[in-house]
Amino acid sequence: MVNLIIDGKKITAQEDTMILEAARAAGIDIPTLCAHESVSRSGACRLCVVKMRKGNRSKIVTSCLYPVEEGIVVETKNERVLNVRRLVLELLLARNPESNVIADLAKKLSVTPQPRFTMDTDKGKCILCRSCVRVCEEVVGVSAIGLSRRGSQKTVGPPYNEESAVCIGCGACAFICPTGHIEMETTEDKRIIWGRTFKMKTCDVCGRYFAPEDQLKYISKITGVPLKELAVCMDCR
Amino acid sequence: MKKVTTTIEAKTKEIIKKYNQDKSSLIAVLQEIQEQYNYLPKDALTTVKEEMEIPASRIYEVATFYDSFSLTPRGEHVIKLCQGTACHVRGAAAILDKLERTLGIKPGETTSDQKFTLETVNCVGACALGPVMVIDGEYHGQVNMAKVDKIIGPLKKGAQLS
Amino acid sequence: MKIIADTKALHQLQKELKEKWDPQKPMVTICAGTGCRGYGCVRVKEALETEIEKQKLNVGVRATGCFGFCEKGPLVVIHPQKIFYQQVKLNDVPDIVAKTVAKGEIIEKLLYRDPNSGERILKEEDVPFYKKQKRLIFGSNGLIDPTRIEDYLAIGGYCALAKALSEMSPEGIIGEIKKAGLRGRGGGGFLAGAKWESCRKAHGSPKYIIANGDEGDPGAYMDRSLMEGNPHSVIEGMIIGAYAIGANEGFIYVRNEYPLAVMHLTLAIASAREAGLLGKNILGSGFSFDISISKGGGAFVCGESSALFASIEGRAGEPRAKYIHAVEKGLWDKPTVLNNVETWANVPLIINKGADWYASIGTEKSKGTKIFSLVGKINNTGLVEVPMGITLREIVYDMGGGIPKGRKFKAVQTGGPSGGCIPESMLDLPVDFDKLYEVGSMMGSGGMIVMDDRSCMVDVAKYFLAFLQDESCGKCVPCREGVRRMRDILEDICAGKGKEGDVELLETMSQAISDGSLCALGGSAPNPVLSTIKYFRQEYDAHIKKKRCPAGVCKALIKYSINPEKCTGCGMCVKVCPTAAASGEKKKPHTIDNETCIRCGACIESCKFDAINVE
Repeated sequence: MVNLIIDGKKITAQEDTMILEAARAAGIDIPTLCAHESVSRSGACRLCVVKMRKGNRSKIVTSCLYPVEEGIVVETKNERVLNVRRLVLELLLARNPESNVIADLAKKLSVTPQPRFTMDTDKGKCILCRSCVRVCEEVVGVSAIGLSRRGSQKTVGPPYNEESAVCIGCGACAFICPTGHIEMETTEDKRIIWGRTFKMKTCDVCGRYFAPEDQLKYISKITGVPLKELAVCMDCR
Repeated sequence: MKKVTTTIEAKTKEIIKKYNQDKSSLIAVLQEIQEQYNYLPKDALTTVKEEMEIPASRIYEVATFYDSFSLTPRGEHVIKLCQGTACHVRGAAAILDKLERTLGIKPGETTSDQKFTLETVNCVGACALGPVMVIDGEYHGQVNMAKVDKIIGPLKKGAQLS
Repeated sequence: MKIIADTKALHQLQKELKEKWDPQKPMVTICAGTGCRGYGCVRVKEALETEIEKQKLNVGVRATGCFGFCEKGPLVVIHPQKIFYQQVKLNDVPDIVAKTVAKGEIIEKLLYRDPNSGERILKEEDVPFYKKQKRLIFGSNGLIDPTRIEDYLAIGGYCALAKALSEMSPEGIIGEIKKAGLRGRGGGGFLAGAKWESCRKAHGSPKYIIANGDEGDPGAYMDRSLMEGNPHSVIEGMIIGAYAIGANEGFIYVRNEYPLAVMHLTLAIASAREAGLLGKNILGSGFSFDISISKGGGAFVCGESSALFASIEGRAGEPRAKYIHAVEKGLWDKPTVLNNVETWANVPLIINKGADWYASIGTEKSKGTKIFSLVGKINNTGLVEVPMGITLREIVYDMGGGIPKGRKFKAVQTGGPSGGCIPESMLDLPVDFDKLYEVGSMMGSGGMIVMDDRSCMVDVAKYFLAFLQDESCGKCVPCREGVRRMRDILEDICAGKGKEGDVELLETMSQAISDGSLCALGGSAPNPVLSTIKYFRQEYDAHIKKKRCPAGVCKALIKYSINPEKCTGCGMCVKVCPTAAASGEKKKPHTIDNETCIRCGACIESCKFDAINVE
């Protein structure tokens, strides 16, 4: 067990716990955008920054990736930290003016709703948190989508922005996306995501369309469970 | 499944074999493919995916992250203008404008007749020669407007003759 | 080259090679670095060889590493007299051979001429560019053929390695490096000995050592010349370091834009292996170590340690948060020591001559020498190696020869895109790691870009932000979004669209970007902006409030006009003008229509009468 202080509160936490989790367990909220329990941490959005003092040296660090250490003193609402959060949100407001999630978060942190920068019109709601890429790689295991290019031209999507041959249409990326940027349209017998149309499978019991055929084939392939046994929807199991 | 062009596939396999299919040599493999074809053909990248068992999205990420790769065919003559600080201070920005006017393309683009590709490089380390222009691997120093005409002119004419 | 079995065999071989080397023997050396190749030195070398054979003289011609005085290439030195010829052309060759090589006669016009005294200088060491330098690392460049290990051995190369392996313990070596006070030459300035010690103590296996030869700072090319000109010095340093740390595998990460460096390093590694200096059981010590070369893909961010590791691992060069240091978890999450190429080259020197000797050079906290690339608006462009603590004035004026065309010094930019601009008032600043930090800049890898009164400091800040926007990996919001927004503000200012409050906005954004960025690229991106605001605020004010560019650079804020008293009506400007803005009758003063003029500068370049004004 490790002893530390967060916002003046004495906290005890298990080794290898991140400051973010230790704080939340103690009722101290730190905002995040790119941290999700299902995937590894990336430290990309910088919203969760805190000031950390060890001995007589202090640093601004992302609490999602910094493990608790004996004797450190953490401030989650220090002025420098708040300035970083405010600038991050102001920059995202300008990048993604369509996103309600960002607008709400900005309001919550008292960021002026009118950013001092020209609004982008071509970035949609994508904040490049890369949760979609991580879930596709780490949880689903097909890496159908990825990041491409560099810097301000960085984007997410399938290679060449064409239909991905390995996508299974599971929609995990759309689900984990914090801003709802990823469009997934599911009609009766079809699902369209990342520009590719997937044929949906009917449940052997109730006859409803419930999952893409490709997704079931993939699960069958990696688990060894015969496809027939997978063709039953969650409700009928 | 799309059919892969045999020669590109075979050559790419040859390159990959040199690196023992080691995933960490992806950049080196791509560099050899780039050198061979003057760009990264899609078919070559498909072969890399299959032979090295690296997801297509990761190959695409690496191919688009680094400056030394091009996903579209580059021109017969690749013109690289150095935009390092020393060259900038010596007027490289004006030279870039001149090249854009002379060739009718912007950095990263290739002329429609496939003769010239214009690129900028962030320092080639020949600062005494600044402003520096590298054409097809050959270094040209103290480049000014007149020199651009002098060097590019014959190349343009050569393009017309053939 | 046979395998050198042990220390005794090494010393024996060195003795033999040294005797053959004989510095008193007539020899012609010619600089063959990338810069001089751009001047055509290869053809000059071939011409020298041909001419010497034609005149039946028994004199060798050796293509060596970079001499450093890049402004005056091609450079040729005739031994043993050490006659220094500069700006040698092909048609000078017959005379050089017939007169100097054959008879020792001097060709005056090829000697360096001191612009102040008018004197012609005979020897390299007396040339003002070289006089105040202390070429401990770089000196050998001009002596050896970098493609021959025999040359390196003949001048005492690999002696330090032999000493380290046979007489010292790994802890002893680390102690010596610590005592010497060697600080990283790549930019961080971290104490090398402390880094090595942490890695040695770290848990995890295998351990790796890496030489960072990415040299991304534009305008810096010291590492290129070192890797091209004396690759073995880097290799020797790495083997010693690997032995001290306990690593058996090493990498040299070289920038893709340096093909000659890659070639020479490859050759050097191959010959070192052949001699048994790399591989198993080096010099019979039982220690095994080998090096691979990893080429960069073209990304400035890969000079950052965690991005560099990602690149070697075959991934996109995105840095990761460094809360766990590389010495504990670096390449493939294993303990790794990453040091700059120049840092490694300092190691054999320290082992050979001892920590006390090394620590006697430099300042209290910055020991040894540093190689700087002196470039930009400077008479003597080149690479200078100086003891830490020398002043900027000495570098710019004594070695650099001051500003060309009689223009006025304005600032020197150090530390690359992470650094800042130092104005004239601070020219007497002693150059060392800490002093440069104190004035808002940093040493960085050693680039020194000199600027004159025709350099616009707002344009310089804009340039660096554009560079960083292009090179940002794009992972974190403050850098990816913040840097481009700062750049947009500067573009507006330079286009005459600056507003009151823009400077203040840049300043407040700077603090958050610096605090919030994931790595040092974003973390230090505000530095060029902040330092130019600090020392050249008046230029920002002129751009914003008066819509003027005092240096005459920013196109939207300047006008070209023809001085009718100087104009002869020759019509050259009309000929080169791309927009037909220049016009006039033959032999009568011409005019420029500022509505159509795009301020491209073609007319100024072509005018032989200096008749075009910029205001």
